[in-house]
Amino acid sequence: MTETSLHRRLPDRLDNPLKSGLLSWEMLLVLVAVAIFVANSFASPYFLNAWSLSDLTFNFTEKALIALAMALLIIAGEIDLSVASIIALASTLMGLALQFGADTPVLVAIGVGVGIACGAFNGFLVTGLKLPSIVVTIGTMSLFRGIAFIILGDQSYKGYPASFAWFGQGYVWWVISFELVLFAIFAVIYWVLLHRTNFGRRVFAIGNNPVAAQFSGVRVDRIKFVLFCLTGLMSGVAAVLLTARLGSTRPSIAQGFELDAITMVVLGGVSILGGAGSILGVVLAALIIGLVTFGLGLLNVPGIVMSIFTGALLIVVIALPILWTMMRERRA
Amino acid sequence: MKLLKLLAATTAVAAMLASPAFAQTRIALVVKSLGNGFFDAANKGAQEAAKELGDVEVIYTGPTTATAEAQIEVVNSLIAQQVDAIAISANDPDALVPVLKRAMDRGIKVISWDSGVAPEGRMLHLNPSDVNLIGETIVKLAADYLPEGGDVAILSAASTATNQNAWIEAAKKVIPEKYPNINLVATVYGDDDSVKSTEEARGLISAYPDLKAIIAPTTVGVVAAAQVVTDQDLIGKINVTGLALPSEFKQFIDNGASQAVALWNPIDLGYSAVYLANALVDGEEAKPGATFSIGKVGEVTLDDTNSAAMAAPFQFDKSNIEEFSKIY
Repeated sequence: MTETSLHRRLPDRLDNPLKSGLLSWEMLLVLVAVAIFVANSFASPYFLNAWSLSDLTFNFTEKALIALAMALLIIAGEIDLSVASIIALASTLMGLALQFGADTPVLVAIGVGVGIACGAFNGFLVTGLKLPSIVVTIGTMSLFRGIAFIILGDQSYKGYPASFAWFGQGYVWWVISFELVLFAIFAVIYWVLLHRTNFGRRVFAIGNNPVAAQFSGVRVDRIKFVLFCLTGLMSGVAAVLLTARLGSTRPSIAQGFELDAITMVVLGGVSILGGAGSILGVVLAALIIGLVTFGLGLLNVPGIVMSIFTGALLIVVIALPILWTMMRERRA
Repeated sequence: MKLLKLLAATTAVAAMLASPAFAQTRIALVVKSLGNGFFDAANKGAQEAAKELGDVEVIYTGPTTATAEAQIEVVNSLIAQQVDAIAISANDPDALVPVLKRAMDRGIKVISWDSGVAPEGRMLHLNPSDVNLIGETIVKLAADYLPEGGDVAILSAASTATNQNAWIEAAKKVIPEKYPNINLVATVYGDDDSVKSTEEARGLISAYPDLKAIIAPTTVGVVAAAQVVTDQDLIGKINVTGLALPSEFKQFIDNGASQAVALWNPIDLGYSAVYLANALVDGEEAKPGATFSIGKVGEVTLDDTNSAAMAAPFQFDKSNIEEFSKIY
């Protein structure tokens, strides 16, 4: 008996890559996504159809684009609640430019530019004035949309050119929409940025311990500022897509998008406390939310039941691994 | 595994609840948001129409939040279900246009009702009523209870309110033609504000001692005027009428401050929308001048913009206020 307790075997590495891969969060999400896909196919005869699946992607691509940048921001321990309001302001200013005869390239530049400017403003308030990001972005959430309301009131801008509408309604090839292609490109860019660059390592370092990161030579404020600009940029891109898809602008555009984007990030396995998460998880989470809402929509389940379902899914998926570890510990 | 089972079970239940019936005309009644009494009433009428028409299934649906984006998701899922027609009360006249155009491209008949979409996004639009019918109804509501005629006054919303001004204009036109013994003495503006409307109603009563009726074509003004008449013990002397929400106004019909008021009837609206959508599915063409039957409600004719007015506002009095006050 004494012999066994004295004898300790030290493994070469703590976990074997195959096992950790199979037990990872992303694997769980893949399983959930496949399960929902299969369930949808059985539940509705209309689900397995190229055009249905294509229409499905429109329900989440804009929010998912924001979620990509939001994931980095949350991993670094910050948050941006103003993203939907940035869309409203960017869309309104695009509409205003349209009244002065701006053409498609100018409109896109304005949308993206306003997004970056709003993000930079958030970033300045957080890093320059050392204000907590949740407070700052609750403030700018009202501010940005407020400006949009002042400019537009209860009116709307419409009459965007067809070449502009293509961004939100066009198809690159067959059923593959431009929005989906853009999302795929950005997902790869953000994956490389977070998981394959020094910048990404530093984002994780900041999220785990900003003070230690600072003393290790990471320019914490500068990186946070860049992350806010990136979130603004993605909101600007989403504004272009959404405006093009709706073909019109109202100050109430994109209401509630911030919570949907944050839900994707959290469901994707990003720690809301910062320091952990992956882009693959966020992409899978976006897909799952899209599949669930569209699948339930095909069955004409009322929206309120849909929100209950999404909420329950979020809690179950997050609670499951925790319950599992608790049970394993009790058994051990 | 637990999750998988849960998912499978829930979807199976959902599938049973919503098992689609084939070989039927499927008409989707899309509303601004679910859980709204007005739209629930419209659904009641829609189901009634479906029963009358036979072979029609009405899918009553809409988003939880009254936003254009959420409504687009609903329309997307209806397109995927290949419904035969979509009848929508839109949250935004412009933002829904691209997705509704896509629905029409895929062979779905699209109409709007109650809250319309721009003409390029639908085949026809059904208004609950129109300016002339409303103008005539508000005068008729007062005149019906004044067989010998007399002085009446109008308490409107803001002096700049486009809707109210158009109705009052129409009312003024109809008085000499059909109700020559009605004498319109004044038009005042309460700005759809309870306090201001109350003051204006008091002013009317003291300035015109022979006043027999107050017509308020606004849901705020009509309540304020009825309250003033009740407070000043003028029930039976001055009849308050106009456009009112039954749920807000029931007490004044009950106490006699008002004989009757009117407003759009959501049940008829849902009923007529289904009739129109079904006619389009059956191959009737929506073009200016075309006439459609809308069952027991009558028939409608499309104008230059392919819009139609359903009927005169629906009258609420002692006989039906109880029933409708529970609806909206």
